[in-house]
Amino acid sequence: MAGLRGAAAIVGVADEVSPTGELGSSGRALEAAVIKQALDDAGLTLADVDGVCHSASSMGLAEYLGIHPTFTDSTNTGGSSFEVHAEHAAAAIAAGLCEVVVSVYASTPRSDRRDGKPRRRPDLGVNNPLVDWELPYGLRLPMAPYAMAATRHMAEFGTTSEQLAQIAVSTRAWAGLNERARYRQAITIDDVLASPMECSPLHLLDCCLVTDGAGAFVMTSAARARTLAKPPVYVLGAGTCHDHSIISQMPDLTTTPGVISGANAFAMAGITPSDVDLLMGYDSFTITALLHLEDLGFCAKGEGGPFVEDGKTAPGGSLPMNTNGGGLSYTHPGMYGMFLIVEAVKQLRGECGERQLESPEIAVAHGSGIVLSCMSTLVLGTEATR
Amino acid sequence: MSTKVPADTPLRMEPPISPGAEPFWEATRECRLVLPWCLACERPFFYPREVCPLCLGTAIAWRPATGTGVVYSFTIENRPATAGFSMGKPYVVALVELDEGVRLMGNIVGCPPEKTEVGMPVSVTWEALSDGRHLPLFEPRREENAR
Repeated sequence: MAGLRGAAAIVGVADEVSPTGELGSSGRALEAAVIKQALDDAGLTLADVDGVCHSASSMGLAEYLGIHPTFTDSTNTGGSSFEVHAEHAAAAIAAGLCEVVVSVYASTPRSDRRDGKPRRRPDLGVNNPLVDWELPYGLRLPMAPYAMAATRHMAEFGTTSEQLAQIAVSTRAWAGLNERARYRQAITIDDVLASPMECSPLHLLDCCLVTDGAGAFVMTSAARARTLAKPPVYVLGAGTCHDHSIISQMPDLTTTPGVISGANAFAMAGITPSDVDLLMGYDSFTITALLHLEDLGFCAKGEGGPFVEDGKTAPGGSLPMNTNGGGLSYTHPGMYGMFLIVEAVKQLRGECGERQLESPEIAVAHGSGIVLSCMSTLVLGTEATR
Repeated sequence: MSTKVPADTPLRMEPPISPGAEPFWEATRECRLVLPWCLACERPFFYPREVCPLCLGTAIAWRPATGTGVVYSFTIENRPATAGFSMGKPYVVALVELDEGVRLMGNIVGCPPEKTEVGMPVSVTWEALSDGRHLPLFEPRREENAR
């Protein structure tokens, strides 16, 4: 499957986060600000943009920006939306539908809560299976479905709370090297286990943050990418798969559709897990990251617990994972997938300061949306890998 | 963890009746658990809908379920999802695999939350809703109920 390999490249990225977890702006203004940063990063201007992606309203965004794109994508698959946008954008660029695509995300749940703004609620009408068959049982979202996946993983494979906690500990160690991370102080397995039990077996420190945040990427053709300001980061492979929308419909709670999205993306890129220098694996919860390690083939199904135990995903380990500090310690505004891409690109360009990996060439950004529902995998690489 | 809850707060969000699920809810008025079976596939499916999710067939029969199964997975929720739920006490949300092979969500009642286990045999029990329907829940299966 050659597919999209090397046809398009990410040429600009930006993200806005704060150690306080709060940002001073929101909505379209914040989206526009982060788009400007990403375009500046690429050495492009708004006039160059002929494709837009937004997880809710690509048309509203284009109107706000005053542009007239020939490629538009409002796909929403939850947290993996931005990996899906990147896949679609690469396909559209390869097919000649457009040349410069921007995807953007901004969300400010933390300052919204401070300001007393109402939370988004699910539509309680008919024809919503979540309302009919799950919410009457007091299902706490988003934690409870992930907790049930963890319970099942423990029962089938003997995975322990200590092993899940190690993921939070290793990720926090990366956050300690990132001055923009929300939480940087080192934690121990005991700290995780002593934190309040939210939905068993997940403790508070097994759960991602709730912060404000925004991010954007700019993608263009490989040919144009080589004329721009920064080294191109090529899309070597992309794959997406979803198999359910509500947790009671997930075929197997210990196996995500990442098995398929990952295999397709790796095949397109012509790589195996041993070629991956950096895994940016969506960590809404510790169990989420553990399932990615298994489903992408870094270890066998059921062996994620023993695999992470020695800290190999932490700084200095053999498989760096979530080097920005992840959704667990860096930022998590609700749909975190944009930040996976931003960090992967910055690492491949060597811009990560204290946490910079030594000459990484291949990074994987693996997004997870809704309740382990939609997985989307991007394989990104430097010029040497194209 | 205790949460102060006004006395008139509804305990549960009551489910609406979506198209295709009317026979399911009608049977619950008599505390009967029925499942939709696709007549072409000769297989049950859940949740109820207008077409079979295996073949898109519309010939669907409603057949009684045994009402017994095992816990596929669960979580103990220490903080309620909605203000009135469980009156602030910890409660279990589980996925139950019925003998017929379909999986549905329910609370596990009739035992302390911490006694719940994956693989635990359970049988259906009912909680009255405000409109005469009943909501299926599950409780540990007693020996005399085991098939």
